[in-house]
Amino acid sequence: MPNQIPWLILIIPFLSFVINALILRPFFPRQHKLAGYVTIGAIGIAFALSLWTLSAVTGSPEHKLDMESFSWLKIGNLNIEIGLLIDGLTSVMLVVVTLVSLMVQIYSQGYMHGDAGYIRYYSWMSLFTTFMLVLVTSNSLLFMYLGWEGVGLCSYLLIGFWFHGRPGAKPGDAVGLYAPANAAKKAFLVTRLGDVGFLLAILYLFSKTGTFNIEALGEAAAVKGGVLAGAAVTWAALGIFAGAAGKSAQFPLHVWLPDAMEGPTPVSALIHAATMVAAGVFLVARTMPIFMHSVEAATVVAIIGGFTAIFAASMGLVMNDIKRVIAYSTISQLGYMMVALGTGALAVAQGADAGKTQAALVGLAVTIGIFHLFNHAFFKALLFLGAGSVNHATGTFDMRLMGGLRKHLPWTSTTFLIAALSLAGIWPLAGFWSKDEILAQAWEHHRLVFFLALITVFMTAFYIFRVYFLTFGGKYRGGEAAAVHGPASIARPPSHSTVAERHEAARSHDVHPPTLHEAPGVMVAPMVVLSVLAVISGWFNLTGGFARLLGEEEAGHGIVSGLFGIFAHPLPWISLVLAGGGIFLAYAMYSKKWVSAEAVGRAFKPLYALFSHKYWLDEAYERGVVSLGLIGGFFRGLAFFDSKGVDGAVNGAAQGTAGAGRLLRRAQSGQLQLYGMAIVVGIIAVIVGVFIFGA
Amino acid sequence: MVGLQHYIILSAVLFCIGLYGALAKRNAVIILMSIEIMLNAANVALVAFSRYVTPQLLTGQIFAVFVMTVAAAEVAVGLAIIIALYRQKEKVDVGEVDLMKW
Repeated sequence: MPNQIPWLILIIPFLSFVINALILRPFFPRQHKLAGYVTIGAIGIAFALSLWTLSAVTGSPEHKLDMESFSWLKIGNLNIEIGLLIDGLTSVMLVVVTLVSLMVQIYSQGYMHGDAGYIRYYSWMSLFTTFMLVLVTSNSLLFMYLGWEGVGLCSYLLIGFWFHGRPGAKPGDAVGLYAPANAAKKAFLVTRLGDVGFLLAILYLFSKTGTFNIEALGEAAAVKGGVLAGAAVTWAALGIFAGAAGKSAQFPLHVWLPDAMEGPTPVSALIHAATMVAAGVFLVARTMPIFMHSVEAATVVAIIGGFTAIFAASMGLVMNDIKRVIAYSTISQLGYMMVALGTGALAVAQGADAGKTQAALVGLAVTIGIFHLFNHAFFKALLFLGAGSVNHATGTFDMRLMGGLRKHLPWTSTTFLIAALSLAGIWPLAGFWSKDEILAQAWEHHRLVFFLALITVFMTAFYIFRVYFLTFGGKYRGGEAAAVHGPASIARPPSHSTVAERHEAARSHDVHPPTLHEAPGVMVAPMVVLSVLAVISGWFNLTGGFARLLGEEEAGHGIVSGLFGIFAHPLPWISLVLAGGGIFLAYAMYSKKWVSAEAVGRAFKPLYALFSHKYWLDEAYERGVVSLGLIGGFFRGLAFFDSKGVDGAVNGAAQGTAGAGRLLRRAQSGQLQLYGMAIVVGIIAVIVGVFIFGA
Repeated sequence: MVGLQHYIILSAVLFCIGLYGALAKRNAVIILMSIEIMLNAANVALVAFSRYVTPQLLTGQIFAVFVMTVAAAEVAVGLAIIIALYRQKEKVDVGEVDLMKW
């Protein structure tokens, strides 16, 4: 039964969760190292099986494995099936998820070393991987929703992993104690908001077509004048996109992702960079047969994506927290993916390639977006792991306290540089290829979005190299110890700090004492693997190979002509010049200090304030949406309806009954003869009635 | 010639007298007697129907005997209640017996 092997990919990580949570944690808390080994082993097996699946899918004639479905629920004519859809898109996602997860789990052994919640951490990581795999393999929207909410839950649990306070937070430090728990709640609620749209879309599609099956829905959408024709498909697509926007942190639901950085850094790398936030992109790609029949929905996807890309990048320019810059970068890159999918859907919707089969059209529309997702997963996870390694060494995430780490952390600094170049889109690294394809597609199908994306190229290169020069260039500015002792000791190198100071600093941050050192091997090795991928993963498409993975038949060409032939077009030159300009500006401002960053900040004071306060959107949401709209308006209305409407109906019924009782009990006089009289009158009335109206 | 209708009229008159007594009188003993009158009015009707409608069968007459038996038992219980009531209230006025109201 080789076709049942993909089920194992789901079951094995789940078994790892069961072993960690139900056996190791309660019975063997001292053997906590085992939890890491179990998880790594399980995900390693899942990765191997995913590779097998990918090769089986590419080898099969229809780019798809036939999977049996199981009947899960039968009510009357309604038969809900649980099944897997293993095609090119799924198997690519399987490989990305399991590979990045494997790297992150190995890295976590070093990063989470000594944390009291070590087993809990690995339990939730296993559970997250399971749900993520359910999400990408499910063949029905219903079970995809199960995985969707499951990863949302694990994201909540892992953002709030330090729910009792950041490691080393002292009593009285309100931010340090409550920030993780608050960030977890915020992430959960904001993504739930988008999920409402997704759920409504699922139910709407089900009410129209009577099926949850994704392939059947795609076929229904393709029928001209069918049940999904006209506005129906647009509404369904917009509902699905609302869910995707929540999960992938697209404007205006992006506010949760920067706060989600309160979680442990490997969690940010896996969940909030490579996999879960990409689930929104995957969802749009998976339901592409619906999107590509609606020009309106495809335009919305492209515009929201383009706007989010530039909007998030602008905030990334000014953040001082290294993880937050990378988080805004993630939002921005997810915007790129949405641009790719939106313009891809537009290309098909405008009839660019009439006469192709449905599967080929879908492949055409999703290839570029998924290609960017594929590349982004590697270099962005690498950036986060680098940030984690820096934090491991310095004990802080504040870039103002770093600097000069290139000497002390050679591996981290080199891999980070590779990832940064890849993100900036420098030839011939991975990010260049997919970003360039997105720009080319946007140019053809939506000019406005193209210019938004083009400006973002410049901003991306600038902010990521600002991070690089602030963190690894210049002189060391003290790390966590400087934050503990105030600005006076900032200039002092750590070797001069007294024993008492170091003791104090170590106590303030038990998990990662701030002594400058390269990360241990278990942390460096995954970073090296990912940095290799961040260089070469773009080359998969040089020969048209990536499109073929997704089932599209594109004429292939040789690797050398692919590598250099791209410069025949003018577009790559423009984007390379812009990216190079961004890098040079960052170099000038933060490495050579030809231009003072403070002076630039003063010169563009209103803009700087706007960006660094995140457009005051958090405040606007809190005051406008939550305080005024929800608490003042909607919730008050609900409270009024509840106390007057619902309670009123219940109380009214009770008071009516009591009042009727007060009136009627006067009839109960206790006088037997009155009762007798009533019986007689009644009988006479019946008899008279029978006589008059007949029996 | 005395026919069925005469007996029926007698029965009806007796029943109405009994009903009036049961509903209008205040003395519990009188009410009990009135109930007996109503039962016997029914007996008259039963016997008359038996005689005129189904002369071959004795069903109606036997039923009248049963009614008398039940009436005797009922009087026994009723008088017992009246005596208990008299011991409680020192009178047998049913207007005073209204403990069953709300």
